[in-house]
Amino acid sequence: MGAYSVNGTDFEHDEEGYILDVNNWNEDLAKVIADEEGLDMTDEHWEVVSFLREYYNEYQIAPAVRVLVKAVKKKFGKDKGSNKYLYELFPYGPAKQACKVAGLPKPTGCV
Amino acid sequence: MAEYEFDTEGVKKTFTFMNRKAPYGTVYALEVLETVLISAAFEQHANIVFADDGVYQLKAGHDTADIGMKNFSPTFGIIEMEKEDADEDEDIDMNWRIIVEKESMEARGLTEDDFKVDVEVIAAAELADIIDASDCVIGG
Amino acid sequence: MLHTVNKSPFERNSLDTCLRLSKEGSAILLIEDGVIAAIKGTAESSKIEGAVANRPVYVLGPDVKARGLTEDQVIDGVKVVDYDGFVDLAEEHGAHNAWL
Repeated sequence: MGAYSVNGTDFEHDEEGYILDVNNWNEDLAKVIADEEGLDMTDEHWEVVSFLREYYNEYQIAPAVRVLVKAVKKKFGKDKGSNKYLYELFPYGPAKQACKVAGLPKPTGCV
Repeated sequence: MAEYEFDTEGVKKTFTFMNRKAPYGTVYALEVLETVLISAAFEQHANIVFADDGVYQLKAGHDTADIGMKNFSPTFGIIEMEKEDADEDEDIDMNWRIIVEKESMEARGLTEDDFKVDVEVIAAAELADIIDASDCVIGG
Repeated sequence: MLHTVNKSPFERNSLDTCLRLSKEGSAILLIEDGVIAAIKGTAESSKIEGAVANRPVYVLGPDVKARGLTEDQVIDGVKVVDYDGFVDLAEEHGAHNAWL
C-alpha cells in the first residue's frame, strides 16, 4: 500500500500501484503513475488511456485485449491495430500498464 | 485482460449459456456473464439464454448502491456491442443471440420493454430446439 | 444431449425447467438431490412418471441408496445406473446440459 502524491494531494494505491478509487483519477495523476512506470506519454498513449476510461465508464469492466486492439485500429489505422503495437506503447502489457495509468482496477479476467 | 492469443482458426462451435438465477443473491449470474465475455475472444457462436429468475438479470434500472455490491448490469452492454459488431463486420463469423424464454418472462409479469438490452423472446418449445442444437451448454 | 438434474423438485424448479426446455426423446439423468424426483408416491412423482413416456430417464443408484431410498421405490420405467453407467451415458449422448 502507498499513495501517489500529486500537487499536494495523496491518491492511495494497492501494493501493485493500482489506485483504489477509479473515480479519483485525473490526468495529472496519470502522468505521475506513468512516470513511475517509466513511460513517456505520447498522444498515442493518451488515446489508449482515454479509450480505457470511456469503456470502463460505460461497461464497468476493462475491455478484452482484442476489443482494445480493434479500437486502436479504428483510430490510428490498420498497421497500428495489433497486439505488438500496444506492447510498444506499454511494454509491460496493455492489461498491466495501460489500465494502471488509466486508473482502472487491476484486470481479473484472463482475456 | 491479458496478453495471450489463442489459435482457434477453423474451430467453430455453438455455445449456449443458461442464465437461470436472479442477480446478486448468488454468484451464478456474474460467473456466467464472465464466461460469455471470455467466449467472445474465441469468436464462437453463442446463445445467451435467460430463463426462470435469470430474466431479472436483464431488467433495466438495477441500483445496487445500498446493498454494497457492484452493479454488473452495464456489463451486459458489452454482449450487445459484441453482437452488433459481429453482425456488421463481415470478417467476424460469430453469431450471437440474446434470448429470453417467453414463459419465464410472462410468469414474472415482465415484457420486452422491461429489459436493458434488445432480446429475442422465444417460447419454450422452440427454445428447446435451439438448446438441443448447440455443441456445448454452460448452465447457471 | 444428456440432461442432468441435481436438485430436488421440492426445493428448486430445475426439473421443471429441464422438462420444459429439453426436447422429447433426449435423455435425463437424475443425480444427487435430483434423485428425489425419481421416487414413487411423492407429491412430485407425476413429473417423472410423465417424462418416462416420451424419453429415457435414468437415476444414479449410489445417490438413491445414500438417501436411505431403495431401487424398489424408483418410478417404473426409470433405469437405475451406477457410475460406470453415468460415464457411458455421457459418452453416448455427446453434449451435456447440467440443470443446476
